[in-house]
Amino acid sequence: MSEWPILSIITFLPLLGAFFILLIRGEEANVARNSRWVALWTSGFTFLASLMLWINFDTTTANFQFVEKAEWMPGLNVSYHMGVDGISVLFVILATFLTPICILSAWEAVQKRVKEYMIAFLVLETMMVGMFSSLDAMLFYIFFEGVLIPMFIIIGVWGGPRRVYAAFKLFLYTLLGSVLMLVALMAMYFDAGTSDIPTLMTHTFSYQAQLWMWLAFFASFAVKVPMWPVHTWLPDAHVEAPTAGSVILAGVLLKMGGYGFLRFSLPMLPLASETFAPLIFTLSIVAIIYTSLVALAQEDMKKLIAYSSVAHMGIVTVGAFTFNQHGLEGSIFQMLSHGVVSGALFLCVGVVYDRIHTREIDAYGGLVHRMPGYAVTFMFFTMASVGLPGTGGFVGEIMTLLGAFEANTWVAFFASTGLILGAAYALYLYRRIVFGALTKENLKNILDMSPREWLLFAPLIIVVFWMGIYPSSFLDIMHASVLHLVNQVETAQAAAASAAQLAAN
Amino acid sequence: MLNLGAALPEIFMAVASLALLMLGVFTGKDRSFRTVSWAAVGAMVIALILVITGEGGAAFSGQFLADPFARFCKVLILIGSALGVIMSMKFAERERMARFEFPILLMLATLGMMAMVSASDMLSLYVGLELQSLALYVVAAIRRDTVRATESGLKYFVLGSIASGMLLYGMSMVYGFTGSTNFAVISDAVSNGGLSVGTLVGLAFIFAGLCFKVSAAPFHMWTPDVYEGAPTPVTAFFAVAPKIAGLALFVRVALGPFAHVVADWQQIIVLVSILSMVWGSFAALRQNNIKRLMAYSSIGHVGFALVGLAAGTEAGVQAVLVYLGIYLVMNIGTFAVILSMRRHDRMVEEIADLSGLSRTKPLMAAVSALLMFSMAGIPPLAGFFGKFYVFKAAVDSGLITLAVIGLVTSVVSAYYYLRVIKVMYFDEPVEGFDRNGTELNVIMAVATIIILVFAFFPNPLTDSAAAAASALFGH
Repeated sequence: MSEWPILSIITFLPLLGAFFILLIRGEEANVARNSRWVALWTSGFTFLASLMLWINFDTTTANFQFVEKAEWMPGLNVSYHMGVDGISVLFVILATFLTPICILSAWEAVQKRVKEYMIAFLVLETMMVGMFSSLDAMLFYIFFEGVLIPMFIIIGVWGGPRRVYAAFKLFLYTLLGSVLMLVALMAMYFDAGTSDIPTLMTHTFSYQAQLWMWLAFFASFAVKVPMWPVHTWLPDAHVEAPTAGSVILAGVLLKMGGYGFLRFSLPMLPLASETFAPLIFTLSIVAIIYTSLVALAQEDMKKLIAYSSVAHMGIVTVGAFTFNQHGLEGSIFQMLSHGVVSGALFLCVGVVYDRIHTREIDAYGGLVHRMPGYAVTFMFFTMASVGLPGTGGFVGEIMTLLGAFEANTWVAFFASTGLILGAAYALYLYRRIVFGALTKENLKNILDMSPREWLLFAPLIIVVFWMGIYPSSFLDIMHASVLHLVNQVETAQAAAASAAQLAAN
Repeated sequence: MLNLGAALPEIFMAVASLALLMLGVFTGKDRSFRTVSWAAVGAMVIALILVITGEGGAAFSGQFLADPFARFCKVLILIGSALGVIMSMKFAERERMARFEFPILLMLATLGMMAMVSASDMLSLYVGLELQSLALYVVAAIRRDTVRATESGLKYFVLGSIASGMLLYGMSMVYGFTGSTNFAVISDAVSNGGLSVGTLVGLAFIFAGLCFKVSAAPFHMWTPDVYEGAPTPVTAFFAVAPKIAGLALFVRVALGPFAHVVADWQQIIVLVSILSMVWGSFAALRQNNIKRLMAYSSIGHVGFALVGLAAGTEAGVQAVLVYLGIYLVMNIGTFAVILSMRRHDRMVEEIADLSGLSRTKPLMAAVSALLMFSMAGIPPLAGFFGKFYVFKAAVDSGLITLAVIGLVTSVVSAYYYLRVIKVMYFDEPVEGFDRNGTELNVIMAVATIIILVFAFFPNPLTDSAAAAASALFGH
């Protein structure tokens, strides 16, 4: 299969589907039905194609695989260079896995302008997959920022009452961060003479340059992750976005920041990463503790889950900057499991929102009496979010904390308090919605989940169990690449230390 | 040495415009409007072919130079002008301004632009620039029965004359201190004897005059009023061809006679470009009239293009040219949208009139949304590549602060482009627009396709821009 440009197929197949949907004409109901089906088939097929990556992936090497390289802008020495390694391949699959679920979740919830909705989601999928698999900084940037266009439209058109504010905030916050990264990319290009990511990884930048570049990258990735204090766009965007928009936002888009740290900051700017690691630790710990406390006080279900995402992503950034194998693998694993779990939690909110049309926590209570199936599903994902052993959430958190313990005990200590607080707000949310007496009038004849909704949750449940019970099938893929990354960072740091030693003598 | 062959396209344009003038006079006033308009478009297309196939070279004893740089700019100018004429036809007929003089004046303005980008002497530069300006003063006020248009024409004329005065003053200073008006001789004098104070003052005046012509801050004051007051097709014309010609001329002057003293004028350009970018983005935030918005947007775009010039390198010039090419496509497309904003047979110009366009005219809304995203410089649309080239050139020249300021202002400007998209997509619909003319639809479609697929095929534009830039540096 290696002759096939499989990454390009996965990247651009959704775009082709979007193009087909664009051509659909006729009566409105027909157009809506056809667009849904085309979108579902396209994204489903894209997912199957992306499984080829997993099956054919060689876990013994840290090199980039499925590499494609074509001339693009020879005048600038920028090429169309695609490829994945153990760090990025799972993110590609995460994106292709969640997109069909999002499309299916909007099957009935979205009734107006279905055609445009499906086009926006397929374009979004192209951008996400392209971003995770591009091996040229310029190409990466194009996909990274291109995500904003469909996301802006999705939130702005199909969102809640304050959707305009949320859409603008998301767009401008992220854009501001991104343009600073663009300057850093240009500076890197100027220094190294190429925008090829594998080449840039082997290039050594001067310490002074690294500091500035690192800060510029940080401006972009920290907004995307999001890290405290630049996280405020996230609750707004989540609350106003339609359910599927929230799922993609929490599931994939937040991971773009974490992935950026792993792909750019650590390997290309190892010395600056070491210098700024305390900064990352501090901000992450503030995020973990502070946003967990904020989450406790929320009255809106989606906002609560949004704040919990900030806290969970704090664990991810802690893991990324421990510079050891456990921390990094935990960080990646945590991103993957959080992608699935938080996506599922937003879907859980969507299920009741579609029925009652409110996200106020107080409007619910006692759902277990009418919706036992829902109660079990919601319970399962709440537990996964808390990090119960046996679910994916546990593996990521424990590995990250192990890594953090190796790096700095206090960081591990404070990060662990996040877990306790996390359990508090998650269980508190669950109690208020599912348990208690069924007193609200409009809840008395609420229906349990439909077969379509079960179909939605079934793969998510399976994956979360799988990640919790047999994490090796995911960890094996990343071992070689993470080890390579750790060695790279350590070598660079050791080289700089010995140079400093030499200068001191 | 006369060498008329090098100036064949210009000679053809001059003869053609005079012939059309006679045609218009002899067939009687307004009946011939359409014929003359299409003939003008035809003449521009022929001139375009002559430009592309012509062998080039110097002419008129060193006054005129048809090098690849000039050729590149002339191609952009002729495309912009021809489309400007096409877009104005239906409008002119509806709004009772269908005078046959209109396309002829645009032809003469185009001729002036072609002459000025080919100038290799201060005098031919001035003659070309004034031919362009005089024709445009008349065009701006062509609807003399409306107060707004007359006012804007008058403003344009008065302020433009001041600019020309400054330019002339600067030229005389340079002549006085270097002893010549010829670019090559000035260049030699400057590189051998250094930049005397007098020449520097002259240089500053010349730059100020040119800033006026391209509407760069702080010499931009006429732009919003003229854009708003002039009839929309005239605004569309103003926004494209003269801007391209002006910026090309700017590059030609800065990197022709003064190529050896980049360090001396770089700070001027850096300042002007920062002011333009900042003013263009902040002042546009509160505009409600789409033509005024486009005026501020064009000020901002000029600022971005000048970033490339500030770099003062070959890559910088290439970046400016790439930027201009993309700017041409985006602006023509956007003005085709603005010209389609007709309701009950009357033009509407408020941004609020676009409300809910995605419901009433989904395709037009999608087109304008893509154009706006592209103007904001969001990848993968063409506008991003324009910005990428200029800022990369700036970073390569060590102007990192300039690049950071520019990119941050581009975020501010993204706000008002997004506001247009918001009105079209997020707001409730108002009454739809009238049916468009075919030519506007075609222009919109082509512009959109270009900005969409540019990411896949950037090389034709970037390579020819690179060739043009290297010619300017004498390689």
